[in-house]
Amino acid sequence: MNNLDDLYREIILDHYRSPRNRGELPVPPALRVEGVNPLCGDELVLYLDLRDGVLADIKITGHGCSISQASSSLMSAAVKGQTLAKVREAIETFKGLMSVHASALEHRDAPIEVDLKRLGELAALQGVVKFPVRIKCATLAWNALTQGLDEAGA
Amino acid sequence: MAPGFDVTSFDARRVRADTPGLNRVIFGRPITYLDSGATSLPPRAVIEAVSRYYELHHANVHRAVFQTAGEATAVYEGAREATARFINAPGGAGEVVFTKNTTESINLVAHSWGGANLGAGDVVLLSEMEHHANIVPWFELRDRVGVEVRFLPVGDDFRLDLTDLDRHLEGVKLLSISAMSNVLGTINPVKALAAAAHARGAKVCVDAAQSVAHDVTDVANLDVDFFAFSGHKMLGPTGIGVLWVREEILASMPPFLGGGGMISDVRLDGYTPAAGPTRFEAGTPPIAESAGLAAAVRYLEGLGMANVAAHERTLTGAALARLGREFGDRVRVIGPADLECRGGVVSLDVAGVHAHDVAQVLDQIGVCVRPGHHCAKPLMRRFGLTSTVRASFGPYSLAGDIDVLVEGLGQAIEMFATP
Repeated sequence: MNNLDDLYREIILDHYRSPRNRGELPVPPALRVEGVNPLCGDELVLYLDLRDGVLADIKITGHGCSISQASSSLMSAAVKGQTLAKVREAIETFKGLMSVHASALEHRDAPIEVDLKRLGELAALQGVVKFPVRIKCATLAWNALTQGLDEAGA
Repeated sequence: MAPGFDVTSFDARRVRADTPGLNRVIFGRPITYLDSGATSLPPRAVIEAVSRYYELHHANVHRAVFQTAGEATAVYEGAREATARFINAPGGAGEVVFTKNTTESINLVAHSWGGANLGAGDVVLLSEMEHHANIVPWFELRDRVGVEVRFLPVGDDFRLDLTDLDRHLEGVKLLSISAMSNVLGTINPVKALAAAAHARGAKVCVDAAQSVAHDVTDVANLDVDFFAFSGHKMLGPTGIGVLWVREEILASMPPFLGGGGMISDVRLDGYTPAAGPTRFEAGTPPIAESAGLAAAVRYLEGLGMANVAAHERTLTGAALARLGREFGDRVRVIGPADLECRGGVVSLDVAGVHAHDVAQVLDQIGVCVRPGHHCAKPLMRRFGLTSTVRASFGPYSLAGDIDVLVEGLGQAIEMFATP
């Protein structure tokens, strides 16, 4: 049986109620990227300040459910001030967490091949994969971040 | 033709007992199905009619001469007759086209009638409360032939604002409007709107997806021209929809999809389409689904649609009162308060809690509701919303369903409340 407490961890509720890095950055120099989930109408906008191989600043606006909002907030805290290599690494690790779980849905006790320690607070989102319809909520911000980096050629 | 409300002949608990889908247990709780606006749960009679068709009669229709082929054709054409009777089609079964669903029915009107009769400068009038299925086909027609698409506004009371109806009807060749909003529950004054549109020489198309399973339908009395609905929202199977078209209009409409079954002759230099509704039914139609639809029609006729409407009105009234009592301003109903102009679709905006999170908490106690924009994004924008939680009733709904809904809403509010 799915447990709601797996999904709505205290860290997630905290980031939902008090999202980090909310706001906008002047464009340019910042890059603006939109993420939209057409199925549920959730929308967010990322502002990325990329300079000298570093994601110097990130701000987020938009609206959505607790999972998409908390995931975007957790993401911003994890990648702000990081080198682009580290940002890409975080994206890969996070997406791995989502897809590993997704492919292991039929075997829920299968070992997770993602180093949760490297995820830090992001590991709080691992419960999302027990609720497959919510995975797209958690990945919305990350897909937008990927798109932004790709557009910037970073 | 519609029976009057007679409490002794209608018992929602009996409908419940007839509906196997309501026996499910979800996470240890009996299912509380409040998503009939999205799709309804069929009674055993419908499921058995589909099975019986496949077990005994399955063959292709309108083709072969063997025994079961004749039976399959009788099943399919019998469903057309049952459907015509159910909606009181003035011209009978010859006015009933089977489609895939309401969406395809409206697309058929846009492509066939719209393509042949509308051109640059003609106006198609919709409303702000339409489902995307009654918006997008008209935008596509606009992009093809240059019609103007116009929208009747929705007032702050969640009803159509008809103060400027005359102005909105200027130049209108087609009014296409929902009988009942799938978000607000608002029941629109279709008959009066049709009269006003006809007075201007316009045709009238009705998206009846939400209304047909919840109230008496009488297309002759409504005096409209096109009437679209789906089998699966009226206790029938998925995969079959209906488009009723007034006989003389249907006779003049060009085909929609081409193929077998919709022709009277094909030569090397062209083809002649069939007369009647089969002109719009290319390829093997939904035969088994038609058997299920006919069973659903018989089942609903047995309940009496006036009884169903009265039952759902009572439940809706109870739900609105209870939600107000329990939650006050924390849960806002996005729809009219007046039971006379609304059906059993109740959209909720829970302060501080996103619709998906509410629905997730409700799922945990077996409550099925629909979160999201309900394929009505212009309407959601009109009210500054991105999503609502929608609970919708069917003939099997009981007051106890409202208790479980309230229990779950309380849990969601508690979980997401700022400590």
